[in-house]
Amino acid sequence: MNALARVPVEPAATSVAAPAASAPAEPALWRNGRFEADEWERVAPDAAVPEGPALLPLTRFLAERQALAARNAPLGVVVQPDEALEELAPYLDRVSLVALVFPKFADGRASSMARVLRERYGFAGELRATGDVLIDQMPLMRRCGFDAFEVVNEPTRRQLAAGKWPDVPYYLQPTGAPAQLEVPAGTRPWTRRPG
Amino acid sequence: MYRYDEFDHGFVKARTAQFRDQVERRLSGELTEEQFKPLRLMNGVYLQLHAYMLRVSVPYGTLSSPQMRMLAHIARTYDRGYGHFTTRQNIQFNWPALKDIPAILDDLASVEMHALQSSGNCIRNVTADHFAGAAADEVADPRPYAEILRQWSSVHPEFSYLPRKFKLALIGADEDRAAIQFHDIGLQLKRDATGALGFTVYVGGGQGRTPMIAHKVRDFLPEQDLLAYVEAIMRVYNLNGRRDNKYKARIKILVHETGAEEITRQIEAEFQEVLKTDILRLPDEEIRRIAAYFAPPALPERPARSSALEAARADSRDFADFVDRNVTPHKTAGYGLVTISLKPVGGIPGDATDAQMEAVADLAERYSQSEIRVSHEQNLVLPHVALDDLPALYAGLREAGLADGNAGLVTDIICCPGLDYCALANARSIPVAQDLSRRFGAPERQKEIGELKIKISGCINACGHHHAGHIGLLGVDRKGEEVYQITLGGSGDENAAVGALIGPGFSIADVGGAVETVVDTYLKLREGPQESFLAAVRRVGQKPFKEALYGAA
Ligand code: SF4
Repeated sequence: MNALARVPVEPAATSVAAPAASAPAEPALWRNGRFEADEWERVAPDAAVPEGPALLPLTRFLAERQALAARNAPLGVVVQPDEALEELAPYLDRVSLVALVFPKFADGRASSMARVLRERYGFAGELRATGDVLIDQMPLMRRCGFDAFEVVNEPTRRQLAAGKWPDVPYYLQPTGAPAQLEVPAGTRPWTRRPG
Repeated sequence: MYRYDEFDHGFVKARTAQFRDQVERRLSGELTEEQFKPLRLMNGVYLQLHAYMLRVSVPYGTLSSPQMRMLAHIARTYDRGYGHFTTRQNIQFNWPALKDIPAILDDLASVEMHALQSSGNCIRNVTADHFAGAAADEVADPRPYAEILRQWSSVHPEFSYLPRKFKLALIGADEDRAAIQFHDIGLQLKRDATGALGFTVYVGGGQGRTPMIAHKVRDFLPEQDLLAYVEAIMRVYNLNGRRDNKYKARIKILVHETGAEEITRQIEAEFQEVLKTDILRLPDEEIRRIAAYFAPPALPERPARSSALEAARADSRDFADFVDRNVTPHKTAGYGLVTISLKPVGGIPGDATDAQMEAVADLAERYSQSEIRVSHEQNLVLPHVALDDLPALYAGLREAGLADGNAGLVTDIICCPGLDYCALANARSIPVAQDLSRRFGAPERQKEIGELKIKISGCINACGHHHAGHIGLLGVDRKGEEVYQITLGGSGDENAAVGALIGPGFSIADVGGAVETVVDTYLKLREGPQESFLAAVRRVGQKPFKEALYGAA
């Protein structure tokens, strides 16, 4: 499974505690079925690129990719839903993480982008959902290929922490590279169950 | 009919259990209405003006007698004794209590039904020709493909949050009885020169405030590529459809703004990509296996000419009229398809009481292989009736108050729920339909007028398909007053057309008289009874009607 073929990271020793309700929430990273520390640093448009794993906007990545190639640490790219994934495609072998954005939970563009990234471009790194990531959509996102989720929404964090995963484990579509094991079920070629 | 297997049962059961939990969380106050909204919509639950409404999917409009009985039971037990059949071949219950909805979904699941995909910005319940699998003019039954599409689109992980709702319709004959060119995707099943089955594909039709006729993007798509091609269309739309304005978010606007040629190119390019993996190719044996569920029933041989029918015709004028209007030729000699009108004079189009649903279920069991269809024209159909049985069936329908012989006539009106139920409405539509059906109700008058489709929408959202009406009525708000605009010349068939606005609107009190003026004008100028209203409008244009309504310019 490509979900396991990510850049190896140190599993966080402790889960990230949900911040106090009043503080502007820092996203918590849900990965590998738990909250983990985020080793990636988001780089502001004009800030210097840090030493460690750095997450850059697509435009900056494309503009500076030659200089960035000299770096020795992992690179990640944030792709907005209105940006062209094709522009990133030729350089995916240099990218360890792609973060796609859900501006609102009801904006499903990143779901299509995720499938294209996994199934067409064969991207095997970490595929992260960011933005308005809510519990009810997360199982669907995982079926599109996402294997990491930046979660801001407080009830979603609570439910995840409580072990909720509102999946209906009967799937009527084959997707090429879900971030979970899915096996054919029954006689129909398009039905799947979790493996 | 399609039968659920273990997998399908498991799927629906798990969904219902999930929703039961969500309803409980809503009732306990853990979920706010705002948080609950997207969850309930995924299960067909709307909030109307006065109450929750549950919309139950009737995939491609096909029902069995036991399913119809369950709908009657739900109407009786959880509602006020009736249900409303919609223009998307579904049924709506207008008065269920939220706390009862999980129990209703359990009842539905027990007869292999659900309320999924009946709301939200997803691929909605797939519709099809209501005469599918029975009509004499059919190339092949489109329902197996509709069923495959229904399954594949259910809780699709990639296509559950589209820019806007998405509707597919299928036909298998040249006569378009499902208005496919007014759908986001329309599919016509055909055979090519070698006899292989495939589809002509239309994309980008729609009604609402910007009515558009779909563009043909494919002449012939081999049947095995159906899912791959539809996935390609869906992906192009999901990625590029507008999300900045909900009134510009349907695929028709994307097609319009991108251009039909360019969108076709994009779809074909995406399709080539999808084809690189095999996972969506439909294996022939699987298509045939699903198609076997829809195999025509073994109908006992009956004489092609029925003497019982002829005798009854000679006996009763009403019966003869009913047969002329409501019976359509069947594939099998000696049989017919019977349209059961849900448009009694003065009634609410599409409504049926629990007793009527029970009666239809019984009659279908006795005379139509236990099969029933819902038409997008808000009528019911018994698809396999022996001509010999028509007199007895007619008697049964009379008893249930369902024997109106007005299919396709001026009183066979399509009408949305309007201001009596709908929170978006500008105007009441049901009273307008009732008024019109009383004005034109006399059988002789209807017969004289002939084929005429009146369609009424209570607002610009066009749920009553007024754009496709030979006469369309659109409710608008004029400084707090309910006003109806009249359009002429629309059509939802294979020669699809959008009706044109004829002039300033009429108050709700005057619109009935205005429609009468239009109809009388037609009767005066037609070349004979063989020239239908639509044909006459296409020939003479709007001028004579305008003059009759507003005086000579
Ligand atoms: S057309 Fe308007 S009034 Fe009628 S049902 Fe649709 S939204 Fe409501």
